[in-house]
Amino acid sequence: MENSTHKLEIFRGLLKFKSNETKIWGVLFFLSIVTIVEVTLGINKPEVLIVNSFLSMKLINWIFVILTIVKAYYIAWDFMHLRDEPQGLQFSIVITLIFLISYLAFIFLVEGNYIFDIMYEGFLSWNF
Amino acid sequence: MSSTITTSINNEKDLWGGGNRPFKASYGKLMMWFFIVSDALSFSGFLVAYGFSRFKNIDSWPIADEVFTHFPFLHGIDAPMYYVAIMTFVLIFSSVTMVLAVDAGHHMQKNKVAVYMLLTIIGGAVFVGSQAWEWSNFIRGEFGAVETKGGQIFQFINKETGERVALDEFAIESHTDRIQHESNSGVWFYGEGSLPSFTPDEVIAGVIANSQIVIKTEKIDANGHKLILSREESLEKITESKNVVEGANLVNNEYGNRLFADFFFFITGFHGFHVFSGVIINIIIFFNVLVGTYERRGHYEMVEKVGLYWHFVDLVWVFVFTFFYLV
Repeated sequence: MENSTHKLEIFRGLLKFKSNETKIWGVLFFLSIVTIVEVTLGINKPEVLIVNSFLSMKLINWIFVILTIVKAYYIAWDFMHLRDEPQGLQFSIVITLIFLISYLAFIFLVEGNYIFDIMYEGFLSWNF
Repeated sequence: MSSTITTSINNEKDLWGGGNRPFKASYGKLMMWFFIVSDALSFSGFLVAYGFSRFKNIDSWPIADEVFTHFPFLHGIDAPMYYVAIMTFVLIFSSVTMVLAVDAGHHMQKNKVAVYMLLTIIGGAVFVGSQAWEWSNFIRGEFGAVETKGGQIFQFINKETGERVALDEFAIESHTDRIQHESNSGVWFYGEGSLPSFTPDEVIAGVIANSQIVIKTEKIDANGHKLILSREESLEKITESKNVVEGANLVNNEYGNRLFADFFFFITGFHGFHVFSGVIINIIIFFNVLVGTYERRGHYEMVEKVGLYWHFVDLVWVFVFTFFYLV
């Protein structure tokens, strides 16, 4: 058992906790703030973030996706204590998933978009 | 085990024979990671399929804020997302108690592990219960809608107030009895669920009689709002209605696109099943902790392994929450 080998700093060493237990509470605090930000944005839907878009996705959706990945990182790194595992294990889990999921998402979303265009511009009508 | 082997050649054999601990992790923990990676791929498959269908119907997909508006004990009040946000907190919090249990396990504190495991189980049970409540609201529906032959959903709103109107507020009952199909009355029986409270004709008559009622279509305009027809267009379109839809099932739903309810049931159902099985596994481990199995074994690695699964369930919920409720 590697009991005493917890890495106790988060935010690239910006914040260092005294014990593993306080680190857990710290991460919970951070995740709660992120969730609160997400929910507030989701309920209020600021006009600026909806009208403007980047790479044909609304800014608000970019914020949601990025914040979700941030949350996923902290859950995996601190709750699933990947931070304390050897780099080989971290990479074999994370790189596999990042590669396969982004490939899958890319190919399906492009295809979905293509079908939308066909239905939108073509002679087919959904409402027969 | 391999303490007698000294030469380098034998060491290598030992390595390929599995005598080593790859990544300094035990067999069980590594297998749990294997499982988590493959399960993560199943979930991403489902979520990507959801994204595909959503992109395919990007201009008519239901808006989550208008679907999930319920909050316990606040009937009739429009409270989008608050309840799911609380569910998310419950699940993250039960994740925290799980880490604390693992941490206490490292220090061999049996009672502390047991208490934290119990809190985790309670958190999980609350989450599953909330999800059941969410499902029952979703299935029951609130306002009702009609469906056209092409499968489009027409919802009804009051032209003046801009609020949704339930079918029973305006539909005119015609007192005709539509006999339910039963298995004994036909050779080629096909079943049918319970009949909706109104027939399409009653709804059409109601729309014609009430000058306030207009149709809200599935189409989304440039500002991200659902397109609302004028009174004249509504009168013209309402004649196309073929079915009355109340609530949701796997065939149709009053919220909009048929696939929306299918994906909702499938993805949150699959996730809910994971939470449920996680709770069951946690209960088993909890009792093992109580009877002192891990105290005798000398380590609490089993708690760590179910912990990994439990955090994974939380991780998946973070994504489901984003893609179902936020985006």
